[in-house]
Order: sequence, then structure tokens, then C-alpha cells
Amino acid sequence: MKSKTCDDRRVNDSTDHRQALIDCAIGLGDDALVLGHRLSEWCRNGPFLEEDLALTNVALDFVGRARMLYSYAGEIEGKGRDEDAIAYLRDSREYTNLLINELPIGDFGDTMARQFLVDAFEVEFFSALTGSADATLAAIAAKSLKECRYHLRRSRDWVIRLGDGTEESHRRMQRGLDRVWGFSHELFTMNETEQQLAAAGIAADRGALKSSWDRTVDAVLAEATLTRPDDDWSVQGGRDGVHTEHLGLLLAEMQFMQRAYPGLEW
Amino acid sequence: MVAPMPAPEPSPPAVRHRRQAQDDEVLKQLWELLEQVTDPEIPVLSIWDLGILQNIERDGEAVNVTITTTYSGCPAMDMIGDEIRQALARAGYPQVTVKHQLAPAWTTDWISAEGRRKLREYGIAPPTQGTRSKRALRGDDPLVPCPLCASKHTERVSEFGSTACKALYQCQDCREPFDYFKCI
Repeated sequence: MKSKTCDDRRVNDSTDHRQALIDCAIGLGDDALVLGHRLSEWCRNGPFLEEDLALTNVALDFVGRARMLYSYAGEIEGKGRDEDAIAYLRDSREYTNLLINELPIGDFGDTMARQFLVDAFEVEFFSALTGSADATLAAIAAKSLKECRYHLRRSRDWVIRLGDGTEESHRRMQRGLDRVWGFSHELFTMNETEQQLAAAGIAADRGALKSSWDRTVDAVLAEATLTRPDDDWSVQGGRDGVHTEHLGLLLAEMQFMQRAYPGLEW
Repeated sequence: MVAPMPAPEPSPPAVRHRRQAQDDEVLKQLWELLEQVTDPEIPVLSIWDLGILQNIERDGEAVNVTITTTYSGCPAMDMIGDEIRQALARAGYPQVTVKHQLAPAWTTDWISAEGRRKLREYGIAPPTQGTRSKRALRGDDPLVPCPLCASKHTERVSEFGSTACKALYQCQDCREPFDYFKCI
């Protein structure tokens, strides 16, 4: 951990890391926006009213985080792109979210399996990122971390309740976990940009978070009487813009208004 | 990279900024004016009581207001910005910028004593504890007294209530459901 002097905290002035920082902020923003959009699909489809409210409130946290990251990226870039331009005017190959975030919501078991694995990761990830040498990333991380802890409490409780519930809820929770597991490995993969930023103390080292994540996940799965899936398959490519077939459909819906009526404001 | 221990958060710099503004008659009035702006979701609470209003500065004719976001996705923040602009425009200050400050991150510890009292009167249980209390650090469920009958015999129904900042509880004695303003 580098000490935080004023010079360290102005990394975005350094041209070496400028483009990497823009790419990193947009990638993290894409993770948040795409998962936030997925969660919002539960609006009016939740299993009961309180859960409907909860899922959409979590969605708002993710969308809010995306706004902060996109605004920051646009600011460093300095070409006049704002959060809306970054969210609505890029196609799927330009989106660099990790694939786990774009998978369809499936049933409630699928949604909670994905959410739990992501929440458990994000608590570790944003804890580490609060020590970033970049003051804005560190501030966004500190804000996000408070919310991630809350998200994790909820998704962990659901995984335990459904896993250790009825025969049917156990079966569906296990199925959700099995379906999403191969996408969890990408959470710990660093691309070149992130490696460069991590070396400069700006980005978090994802690989270093794996053992803590394993401990959290294993403890919850044990309590939920669920079986940890085998690591025999893995799908990756999101940070390079290589997506599953699901992202294009998500963007088609999310971006429709701005594509059909460019510049539309509420 | 190793995450550092979280530094103890300073008391809101907003209190210091407001105190400093007491010597400037115009600034002092601007703080009093903006204290009237309320949260659209909780109309009994002003943005000062909530700890959202952070600073007011004058730059010639222009007024620069700094606010902090409660929750990242709080949809009320845009509206609060609009209401600040409107309140200042009505008072003769059409040139206003509203800046959102990220750090230090907002915490329920910043809700004023007055704010807590108003929340309770409105039927919303205020945050029960400091974010650095032992219970909060252990992640235990808080003990939330019912804002209507003060019974401590209450139960959490859902982690989220009508907005992201609230959880839904029910009193086991008077049976009334109520919102609890979560500690973050």
C-alpha cells in the first residue's frame, strides 16, 4: 500500500495511466449498470411485494454506482461524453462488463445465486479499492462498500433460507449455483489494464481476494446444505467486449429510448 | 494492495462550514434559506437535518452549493438539487451550481438530534446506533423500538422498505408496520 501523499492522489493527471483509468472506470461502471438493469427486471415480478421493493432498491444502488463511475470516466476523458452518452450510446462490443452480470435473471434461485457470488466478491473488492491511490475511485469504493455489505447480508440470507428450505427450494438454489458457477472465475481475472493500474496502487488485485471469497462462499454453502460446484468449466471475455448472446438483447431494451429519440430528456 | 483500517470519520465538515458562515450576513441567510429545503421522500426532514447539505460558497453573483449523496442510487438527489436551485432563484440568486461530494461518504451518524426526533414523530424509527457501535460492527440486527408505542418487541419484515435507506419492521405489541431508517 502506497502512502497517500497529494501527488499520489492526482494520478489521473499522469498520462501513463489516464487511458487505463478511463477503461477501468467504464468497466466497473458496466458491471454495475448491467447487473442493476438485470435486477430492475424484477420490478413488479418479485415473488412478493417486499422482495419486489428490495430487488429494485438494490438495482438503484448499482445504477447509482454506474453513474458515479461513468461521470468520472467522462471527466478524465475530457471529450464531453457524460454518463448518459457512455451508458446509452455504446454497442455490446464496447461494453466491458464481466459476463456474470449479464446473465438473464432466470428464476429467483438463479438471481440469488448470482447475487450472492457477486456480493461476496464486491465486499472484498471494494474494501481493497478504498485504499486506491486514486482519490475518486477510493471515494466511490467507500460509498459502494457500505451498500455491498447490506446487499451481501440479504443475498446470503436468501441462499441459506432457500438452500436449507424445502426439497424444491433446495433443488432450485443448487441449480442456480451450478448454472452461474463457471462465470464466477472471471471475477478474479485481471486484464492488462487492471494489472497496470494495480501495479501503480490504483486498482485492486483481484487474484488476492480469492481466498477470502472462498471462505465466505464455503461457509454460507455449508450452512445452506448446498454443494460447491466443480471448477471444471469457465467462460470469460467480458472485459474484452466478447459477450454472451444475452447482452445485446439487454442493451436493445435499455437503450431503446435514446436510440429512437436521440437526446431525449425526462 | 492491502485495505487500510477505516479511518475514524471526522464530524461533518458541514458544521464547521456553517459556523464559519456566521460572520457573513449573506452566507448566514443562505444557510437558513437552504435549511428549509426538505427531502422529497421524507418531507419533515430538511437537507440540513439529514446531513446532506455540506457547504455553501459565494463566488461573485454565483452561489455554489455542495451536497452529499445518501445512497448511490437515491432518486431524490436530482430533485433535491432542483429544489436548491429554485429556492435560491426565488431569493434572487439565479446563478447556482450544485456539486455532489463523494468523500467522506455520507453516514446516518450525521442525522441531527433534531432530525432523529422529527423522524420518530413522523412514524419512522431513526437509526438506533452509531455505525461504529459494537452491535453494528458485529453486523447484528439492531434493536429497533417502535416509533408509535416505543415497544422494543419488534421484528424485521424486509431489509428494504419504501426507499433504499429504510427497512420494514413490524411491532409485535401494537402490530403496526413501520419504516426504520437503516444505519450506514
